[in-house]
Amino acid sequence: MATPVKVYGPPLSTAVSRVLACLLEKDVNFQLISVNMSKGEHKAPDFLKIQPFGQVPAFQDEEISLFESRAICRYICDKHADKGNRGLYGTNPLVKASIDQWLEAEGQNFNPPSSVLVFQLAFAPRMKIKQDPAVIKQNEEKLGKVLDVYEKRLGESRFLAGDEFSLADLSHLPNTHYLVSVTDRGELFTSRKNVGRWWGEISGRDSWKKVVEMQNQGS
Amino acid sequence: MAAIKVHGGVLSTTTQRVLVCLHEKELEFEFVPVDMKAGAHKQEPFLSLNPFGQVPAFEHGDLKVFESRAITQYIALEFSEKGTQLISPGSKSMATLSVWMEVEAHQYDPAASKLAWEQFYKPLYGMVTDTAAVEENEAKLAKVLDIYETRLSQSKYLAGDGFSLADMHHIPVTQILVGDTNEEAV
Repeated sequence: MATPVKVYGPPLSTAVSRVLACLLEKDVNFQLISVNMSKGEHKAPDFLKIQPFGQVPAFQDEEISLFESRAICRYICDKHADKGNRGLYGTNPLVKASIDQWLEAEGQNFNPPSSVLVFQLAFAPRMKIKQDPAVIKQNEEKLGKVLDVYEKRLGESRFLAGDEFSLADLSHLPNTHYLVSVTDRGELFTSRKNVGRWWGEISGRDSWKKVVEMQNQGS
Repeated sequence: MAAIKVHGGVLSTTTQRVLVCLHEKELEFEFVPVDMKAGAHKQEPFLSLNPFGQVPAFEHGDLKVFESRAITQYIALEFSEKGTQLISPGSKSMATLSVWMEVEAHQYDPAASKLAWEQFYKPLYGMVTDTAAVEENEAKLAKVLDIYETRLSQSKYLAGDGFSLADMHHIPVTQILVGDTNEEAV
């Protein structure tokens, strides 16, 4: 059996959980290595060697060392194309183009406002950092506009890139989970009929349920 | 070969990202200008090409793709035997390429684009530059470039020995910041 891959970082981190969801979808064995961020371990020289921006996650598969969660996910899908969910990153160039398109849309349009909201509404209170109501309002509006586009798309297509669950949908799980489950802004998603339907489907997957379990265990 | 079309704005760095890719791959294409000043990108028929109302949008025969980095990856893969080699096969090289494409998208571009907006586009449109925003984003970009400095002392190009999509994605906005853009020509 191949050596388990290594994922560095806490499962509570949205970016780390993105990678964990992908590994679980692809049935790839992994070892989760803790990084104590409250002690600044992610900025320590040894960690910076594997992630020069001092962020989580970092990832190793034998001699390959990677960072950036979406790059790690693409690698996992590419290296283990035949394992687990084979369609996760598409099985032909046309489907892959559609998945890449929605993965980029997630990274460029969905992630910025939703990340700000996750920080302001879910993390800032825990970290005893003062929330900024103007920033919250501004990003709620931005996210609302993005979700309007999603509402239309998901009325025409079961999942973002097509009929099958893909990496593009998966990439949305971490931020959306926090907003729907931990903050009072879940209605951004649940008040939109198609987005709500889609969220129910993708968050109900076994892989995501396992990630949430890992987050709740504080492992 | 099915026809390639790019719908976009000449001044838009995201559009330029796709154009430079097509030129690197020596591909023929039709450029369809979008009248952004008139808000054409926020209305039909453009919204059918990109529901987010952003340029560029791309067509290859019946295939429609938006998001510049998804478009360039499609072009690089679909036309891998033409023009410049922009991706290298093998999961290890693709993985390194993927890492530095994400770095450009999430670490470099946000600060660089904000700087370009403040220092190049705003004056062009008769708007006032926000000096605080310039300071903030210059500092952010400087930190990123320190990491690039280290990386590029170990590797000829960002993702390895050869020029790749990762390097190419930086070109449009960097050209503006370095000050090579000829406003009059544009």
